[in-house]
Amino acid sequence: MPTTAPSPKRSAAFEQGGASFADATASDGALRRFLHGLPGVDAVGLEARAASLGTRSIKTTAKAYAIDLAISMIDLTTLEGADTPGKVRALAAKAVNPDPTDRTSPRTAAVCVYPDMAATAAAALAGSGVKVASVATAFPAGRAALDVKLADVRDAVAAGADEIDMVIDRGAFLSGRYLKVYEEILAVKAECGRARLKVIFETGELSTYDNIRRASWLGMLAGADFIKTSTGKVAVNATPANTLLMLEAVRDFREQTGVQIGVKPAGGIRTSKDAIKFLVLVNETAGEDWLDNHWFRFGASSLLNDLLMQRQKLSTGRYSGPDYVTVD
Amino acid sequence: MASAFDYAPAPESRSVVDIAPSYGLFIDGEFTEAADGKVFKTVSPSSEEVLSEVARAGAEDVDRAVKAARRAFEKWSALPGSERAKYLFRIARIIQERSRELAVLETLDNGKPIRETRDADLPLVAAHFFYYAGWADKLDHAGYGANPRPLGVAGQIIPWNFPLLMLAWKIAPALATGNTVVLKPAETTPLSALFFADICRQAGLPRGVVNILTGYGDAGSALVEHPDVNKVAFTGSTAVGKAIARQIAGTDKKATLELGGKGANIVFDDAPVDQAVEGIVTGIFFNQGQVCCAGSRLLVQESVQDELLHSLKRRLSTLRLGDPLDKNTDIGAINSEEQLSRITALVESGEAEGAERWSAPCELPSAGYWFAPTLFTNVTQAHTVARDEIFGPVLSVLSFRTPDEAVAKANNTQYGLSAGIWTEKGSRILAVAGKLRAGVVWANTFNKFDPTSPFGGYKESGFGREGGRHGLEAYLDV
Repeated sequence: MPTTAPSPKRSAAFEQGGASFADATASDGALRRFLHGLPGVDAVGLEARAASLGTRSIKTTAKAYAIDLAISMIDLTTLEGADTPGKVRALAAKAVNPDPTDRTSPRTAAVCVYPDMAATAAAALAGSGVKVASVATAFPAGRAALDVKLADVRDAVAAGADEIDMVIDRGAFLSGRYLKVYEEILAVKAECGRARLKVIFETGELSTYDNIRRASWLGMLAGADFIKTSTGKVAVNATPANTLLMLEAVRDFREQTGVQIGVKPAGGIRTSKDAIKFLVLVNETAGEDWLDNHWFRFGASSLLNDLLMQRQKLSTGRYSGPDYVTVD
Repeated sequence: MASAFDYAPAPESRSVVDIAPSYGLFIDGEFTEAADGKVFKTVSPSSEEVLSEVARAGAEDVDRAVKAARRAFEKWSALPGSERAKYLFRIARIIQERSRELAVLETLDNGKPIRETRDADLPLVAAHFFYYAGWADKLDHAGYGANPRPLGVAGQIIPWNFPLLMLAWKIAPALATGNTVVLKPAETTPLSALFFADICRQAGLPRGVVNILTGYGDAGSALVEHPDVNKVAFTGSTAVGKAIARQIAGTDKKATLELGGKGANIVFDDAPVDQAVEGIVTGIFFNQGQVCCAGSRLLVQESVQDELLHSLKRRLSTLRLGDPLDKNTDIGAINSEEQLSRITALVESGEAEGAERWSAPCELPSAGYWFAPTLFTNVTQAHTVARDEIFGPVLSVLSFRTPDEAVAKANNTQYGLSAGIWTEKGSRILAVAGKLRAGVVWANTFNKFDPTSPFGGYKESGFGREGGRHGLEAYLDV
């Protein structure tokens, strides 16, 4: 699985697409009218569709493909107050070589850390192809002044982060100040330089599916490279339904603008079975163009060991156990 | 759609069901041959493999079965409701315990995907028996006065599209209210009813309370005609329904008829588009469209027609057609060669009349009876495909401009069984639902069933209601 897929004619297409939505972001009122004009989401129907795709039975060769793909899509994450250089280096080693007993295992997509650990991660991952992702913008609450958030981003980028995971200002979003949220994303994007920007909505706090659809379009219009469900720090994180909804958004956005945006569900995905269900959602909603770690990620930590145990089961025919994967 | 993520075959095991090479009629608690020894074969529509040979009932067998039911009636109807409930609860639990076996059996005999028999048919079958078990000792409170009495012997004729579910819709309320039954399943899907006979024995149901006669239309006709039948319940085509109505005219037999439909699925411009697309797909492709309440006419507001059709076509290209036993199959086989030729003929008439036919690229298996999910656009009220029930995976797309026009077009049909409304506006749902002449109106969903909800038709879709408290009335002398 290539870790970087070719970027699809982004600039030209985006100019064109950007132009067609230029009116939508011209003022707070225009942006509100645009976002509130998006088709509504029927919660019962959305959840039923997600549940129905969850009944797909993925076996044998398809399962092997899905497990390796899922491993390659993980942003292996540690976001603890207690993070130390040692912990981050251990995680980086795991990302590069997930299964010490089987070197054929793919590497994870990235290691995801706080900005102050980005330099440590970058050093440990140098030359491996595994990206350094750093949360920023006063993660997870996002409650800081804009210049503080931008400094946070600059720090992370300077320390070698390839990807920035920002949080939106949910307070502004919920009080209807969409343009503020939009402009903040633009400002962060400008600080990212060559780093790809993931925009976290904290879907559990946005609460309604209509809000999640609006936030998705808001983020995509503002230049997000990825739209991401959540921080993993609140009660409700990634669910099949909110991820399905965001996959519909990136699908529709590409159809209308030609620009492809990635999706990252994060938090609460712990088992291979769950991960495979998300890949089915990707496959049958956005389509196979998104079945690549350039366009889809899992924000997770314990998921990796479960995938590795399932992978060992497929290759050896036996269930191993938690003592046969590394604890980091 | 070829994808890097190619789902490997995931077939449900056939070994969970043991189909005998031959079956008899179930009369008075025993399996018995037909009086004249006639038999017929039942095949699996997805492969044309012969599954079993079953007895073909004639008039003499009908008479035997009705007499057995009459003998059983006196004691069965005299049981306290709480005792009848025990049997029904027991049957419901056995159905749950044997649900995997029954799901595989139904998929083999009917051709519908295991995903549907497992996730829709069987749970609903068990739920129906549980629901009516609960009524058996509460009939005094059903709104028909104290101690409402059963009718007697019910002759029940069911279709092939939901064999076991239609059996449950018929048998559960009949037994709960104290009637005894003689039931004839459709000739293409006799097996699940015969397995149900075995479940009756397993539950210790008294002899003669349930009798199952496999056979053709002649057996059904003899059952309707039998002088000692007090109640006729039929689900099937409007043509046969009319014939039954003629047959029982002038008798004191009560009847409920659940017949054809040409349901309108109305999508307004403010609908939740992605969910509406799912609802359209469920409305017409659930059970290959072989559903009397299918949403076979899509009425879409002209201002969003192109956008909706684009999404719908994209969604149809992801439907997985093939082996019904594969857990990832969305579209299974058409139930019989006869039904397939009926669908084919109607679709040809649609093309001949100038409607535009569209199907996603889709490879059909070489054996068995298959029809690709199909859309017709450029359809008007005058087209045959907009008027006649196709009973297959064929959707006719019509447009409208205003809510009044939508209602007028939706009601402009000889049928009146189901309709759907898609809009985010609650007031519009209420306003439109009140004007639709259809027995079931779904709002922002389609083909959703529940035993607590009455089901039945207006106009040529039949009369009487099945399900819910209303469903009791059809089996009570009130």
